[in-house]
Amino acid sequence: MAKHSQVIELEDVVVKFVGDSGDGMQLTGSLFSDSAALAGNDLATFPDFPAEIRAPHNTVAGVSGFQVHLGQRKIFTSGDMCDVLVAMNPASLRANQKWAKPGATILVDTSAFEGKAIGKAGYQNNPLEDGSLDAYQLIKVPISELTQACLKESGVDKRVAERTRNMFALGITYYLFHRDLQGTLEFLKNKFKDKPKIAQANQVALRAGYNYAETIEAIHTTYRIGPAPLEKGLYRNITGNIATAWGLLAASERSGRQLFLGSYPITPATEILMELSKHKSLGAKVFQAEDEIAGICSAIGASFGGNMAVTSTSGPGLSLKSEALGLAVIAELPLIVVNVQRAGPSTGMPTKSEQSDLFQALFGRNGECPLVVIAASSPANCFHYAYMASKIAMEHMTPVILLTDGYIGFGSELFKVPDVNDLPGIKPPMAIPNDKNFKPYRRDEKTLVRQWAPAGTEGLRHRIGGLEKTNIDGYVSTDPLNHQLMVNIREEKVNRVADYLPPQKIVGEDSGDVLVVGWGGTEGALLSTVSKMQELGKKISLAQFNYIKPLPHNTEQLFSKFKKIIVCELNMGQFVSYLRMTLPHFKYLQYNKVEGLPFHVQELTEVFTKLLEEK
Amino acid sequence: MLLKERIESSPVELTKADFVSDQMVKWCPGCGAHAILAAVGNVFPSIGYKKEHFAMVSGIGCSSRFPYYVNTYGFHGIHGRASAIASGLKLANPGLSVWIATGDGDSMAIGGNHFIHILRRNIDVNILLFNNQIYGLTKGQYSPTTPIGSVTKTSPQGTIEHPFTVSGLVLGAQGTFFARVPDNNVKLMTEVMYEAARHDGTSVVEILQNCVIFADKTHAMITDREYREDRQLLLKHGEPMLFGKNKDKGIMLAGNKLVVVTVGEHGVVESDILVHDQYRKDPGIQRMTGRMMPPEFPVALGVIRSAPYDTYDDLMEEQLDFASKSSNIKSVNDLLRSGDTWEIK
Repeated sequence: MAKHSQVIELEDVVVKFVGDSGDGMQLTGSLFSDSAALAGNDLATFPDFPAEIRAPHNTVAGVSGFQVHLGQRKIFTSGDMCDVLVAMNPASLRANQKWAKPGATILVDTSAFEGKAIGKAGYQNNPLEDGSLDAYQLIKVPISELTQACLKESGVDKRVAERTRNMFALGITYYLFHRDLQGTLEFLKNKFKDKPKIAQANQVALRAGYNYAETIEAIHTTYRIGPAPLEKGLYRNITGNIATAWGLLAASERSGRQLFLGSYPITPATEILMELSKHKSLGAKVFQAEDEIAGICSAIGASFGGNMAVTSTSGPGLSLKSEALGLAVIAELPLIVVNVQRAGPSTGMPTKSEQSDLFQALFGRNGECPLVVIAASSPANCFHYAYMASKIAMEHMTPVILLTDGYIGFGSELFKVPDVNDLPGIKPPMAIPNDKNFKPYRRDEKTLVRQWAPAGTEGLRHRIGGLEKTNIDGYVSTDPLNHQLMVNIREEKVNRVADYLPPQKIVGEDSGDVLVVGWGGTEGALLSTVSKMQELGKKISLAQFNYIKPLPHNTEQLFSKFKKIIVCELNMGQFVSYLRMTLPHFKYLQYNKVEGLPFHVQELTEVFTKLLEEK
Repeated sequence: MLLKERIESSPVELTKADFVSDQMVKWCPGCGAHAILAAVGNVFPSIGYKKEHFAMVSGIGCSSRFPYYVNTYGFHGIHGRASAIASGLKLANPGLSVWIATGDGDSMAIGGNHFIHILRRNIDVNILLFNNQIYGLTKGQYSPTTPIGSVTKTSPQGTIEHPFTVSGLVLGAQGTFFARVPDNNVKLMTEVMYEAARHDGTSVVEILQNCVIFADKTHAMITDREYREDRQLLLKHGEPMLFGKNKDKGIMLAGNKLVVVTVGEHGVVESDILVHDQYRKDPGIQRMTGRMMPPEFPVALGVIRSAPYDTYDDLMEEQLDFASKSSNIKSVNDLLRSGDTWEIK
């Protein structure tokens, strides 16, 4: 390679692929991630696509993107701003230029910056020529034109050739990062198994892009990112929604209770329904219900029938399920409710993420209606928390709401594949057939948990439901003292789940100036920020909560060791309000944002730095 | 006698006493629900399933107290949702004989959506629909089946809503089984419930139920002794639709509508009378039969439709069987290791 380009070694880099929604940006981004994973990098990804399936061509509304953050160190988020932006048309550049770091490398397809497309994107002049991109390292390549040229002899028509220009762009990107083409070439061969001509066209375009980049003089800098120090083991890339579905399957297998999912399609939770539909071979019974209410009610029926019952939804769906959740609480049946949160209220912003359903999860029902609330905090740990939600629901005979969000649901990261046999066992309190002493609400003294006697079990016929029942016998009752007793028991039963929870962990010193408190899907951003500040010697620690109701027993003790506590959430302060109510003797500061966007490391760093400086 | 293979049969002969619950029945004296309870008491032991394999599911309303009054597995749900709860229960355990007790408000107002979808899916559960044309438990508001113009607590000037005909709704939603019985004919009710249990798929038995407090005699024009002979057409599969004291009146298809004729008059002979076919898949004639109302027509009673279609629960079990035999993924460990994975050493 007789070229004058320099190679820079990077700790981490953020690459974003953007284009029109038909340009294949999701595939391009996934392939780039796979190549990074094969090179041993740690990574996190996030797709950014419009709510519309195909918005008008070449408009800002139709821009689809895929962001990849990779590094030779541990990666916690998909990144704030990008170092490399690959823009396939003017609209995608216009929509994403603000997300490119100053001095970032921007690769554009100049063939697309012609004629109407510039105006449709809302530009007055061609941005490639008016100097507005002078602050960036611009790589201008007529990608469409070159793709057409390299496929002239291939026997595919112009339209097909046009659709492989994303592979040409990917080829250039591979050169930029010294990536091996082999894995992607194999992938393309398999993907278009039945269309060898198309497979070949894509392969040709990918190679041509790589070779072009190697040959031209326009690329002065390339980057090398070495393998990250990952633990030994088997890895795969996984999104939060898929990890959730698999965690549920694992819990079903380990508990010996067949999985039943009653669910209604809703963004951003639908993937869980689709994924579980694929796994009938593992006995998953998936019922696409007529509405959200039927989703949860069918699950309650299935739970009465002895299945591990699940319903998956997002905020508006959880609202519809409220009454039935109360039914599951009073019937004391196991039920797992997955809420992949999105920006509300009402329909809100379905494809944007938020943490604003915490109050709804904790309190959104009539009556005194306690249940367990758990939150997953990264794409990969959705597996673990879906598993734990199922374990707690079944072992403690209670509904559990598992909160994830659109950001970790759609986002992906590396997942160290566990052996299902190494996961903690799940032993639901099954009643023994023909047990003469069986009573519907007889309880274990320690946990207050009643027994599970699925309909059909010999010798245990009984009746339960939404009316208040007497403790032990389970007869319909309006006795005042019995009601008070049952209200107390239901609350205490949920509180005693804490006896079985791991202690809350802390990242950093267990005492200091500032304790950052977060919960759920903000973990990546908070952890990145706090770790960086710790490296700079700041006395700052992080407690990221996954178990919300009940809180881990050591929460209070942990809070008492810090001068300042700041609770950061993507809502107006729901967890902090809950903490003020539950552990009122601490002073809590708060940082909140409700823009439908995740926290950025930069903004958090500013907030925490200021807090550390204040007396 | 065993009806369905998937549901385990009882090793011993059961009697009515096996299904008597220890709870006091709290319906009003004279309520039609008592007769329904009696009929269920006759049917359950005669079906021959093991007693633990019956499950009774309900929503909210007078009818929905039913699960407490029969000794089976019982689930008293929330308003309108019995169909959804029962769907999940049946799919979770196909070895159960699942029964729903519901009313006109529970099934067709607040629960209308679930009701039409369970019918469309043809999940094998049996729905006992207590149609008293009124909200009883909330003390007398009109329901989706209250006749137009009725004065009720929420319609002091008379209702201005067109009521549902249950048969029309059930057949319109592609229901595969529909029967109708008056609450004062326990014998017919017993027979019809037995047929409902035997049917593969969702069965709806509409019971014309009297509410002595809020809609007394609402079905009297059909059920009263003095009209009964002329206003009740008792359907039997394969038999002509004849009724009346002397069984000389009948239903004939004239062009595209039904008419009442008298055998022996105007040259009408018995072979002109429509023969009831409850198993016919095309619901056209069954729909017309179900819609008949006095004074022009008699009301059709008995099994109006019992059409053979695949059930959702059977098809789901088939898919599960097929997948478990044909897929390479036999465990979650297989799944976790499928597709793109790599080893870090």
